[in-house]
Amino acid sequence: MSSVSQNFMKLFRGSSGPETVPAQGSQKLTRRSSGLGELSRTWESAEGLCILDLGSTSPANIRYFTEHGHRIYSEDLLIASTDPELLTKDEEGKVVLDSRKFLADNLVYPAAHFDVVLCWNLPDYLDESLVKPVVGRLWSVLKPSGMLLAFFHTRDAGPDSPCHRFHIVGGDTLEMQKIVLRREARRGPTGAVHTAISDGFQLQRVFNNRHIENLFRDFASIKFFLARDSIREVLVVR
Amino acid sequence: MSAPSSGLAQIGKSVFIKGELSGSEDLYLDGQVEGSIALKGNSLTVGPNGQVKASVDAKGVVVQGKLEGNIQASDRVELRKSAIVNGDITTQRISIEEGAYLKGKVDIHRTDAK
Repeated sequence: MSSVSQNFMKLFRGSSGPETVPAQGSQKLTRRSSGLGELSRTWESAEGLCILDLGSTSPANIRYFTEHGHRIYSEDLLIASTDPELLTKDEEGKVVLDSRKFLADNLVYPAAHFDVVLCWNLPDYLDESLVKPVVGRLWSVLKPSGMLLAFFHTRDAGPDSPCHRFHIVGGDTLEMQKIVLRREARRGPTGAVHTAISDGFQLQRVFNNRHIENLFRDFASIKFFLARDSIREVLVVR
Repeated sequence: MSAPSSGLAQIGKSVFIKGELSGSEDLYLDGQVEGSIALKGNSLTVGPNGQVKASVDAKGVVVQGKLEGNIQASDRVELRKSAIVNGDITTQRISIEEGAYLKGKVDIHRTDAK
């Protein structure tokens, strides 16, 4: 498992913004999703829903939801968590991320604003110090009876568990796109050229069922879907 | 990256403008602007070097660079692969290239007759 400082070494960013987007033409894998299938009944039977997508910006998802007459909010929390200004030290001098600053800059929405939150695989890859605060904030921005979809690895598959972006291509069908190595040179504010090197995000931990139930204990209900590709899909209702 | 066409009003990459920017012709902006941009009935293109911290009101908006602020476009918005947008987008049509980054809301207002 990688530490905060290791992640920052890997994700060296200039001041010009996020760079860890998938390379052009990276392979997309199609995947059936029972959780998405159940969730899609919500947006197919209702109009004007507020949907929050926490994955990498997905043109497919934006197109899908806007064509269905919904409002989509896009916010890439994994990229946001690599902001060097979040680095701080705890009482023991250990490098951690400042969750208060993170939540001051991200997920800033009115209470009970969203009908659906698409969390994707965020909890598996988000730094430990941010997971519970983020889930707490998601609870507050979801409407009562609002739903959240998240994916968890059932085992640590190491390099076989790359971080993916998720594109909705049908009611219960996703395209998964691996975030791959990308090198890019950008000019910083001082004029110096920074080289961004990224091999994507690493799996931070493996949640078991009890961990997941504990993580979402403030929610009204939780439903698990176990898929054949060692992914546990979780649909929670506020 | 598409270069600005001839005859298009341009703001070069060394130019910094702070305040209210308005006009009645299409604009290619490759410099920095802070404030607001109103080009009703015309289009704004933020070039690859463009850095905008402003609310934008135009007919069409194409972003290749960085834009922080809300976009209101009466016709269409295009986010090219190098675009970094922090703000809400309200428009009739939108196209987003693979690789573009968006933090904000997308609200599509359709005015076409049924």
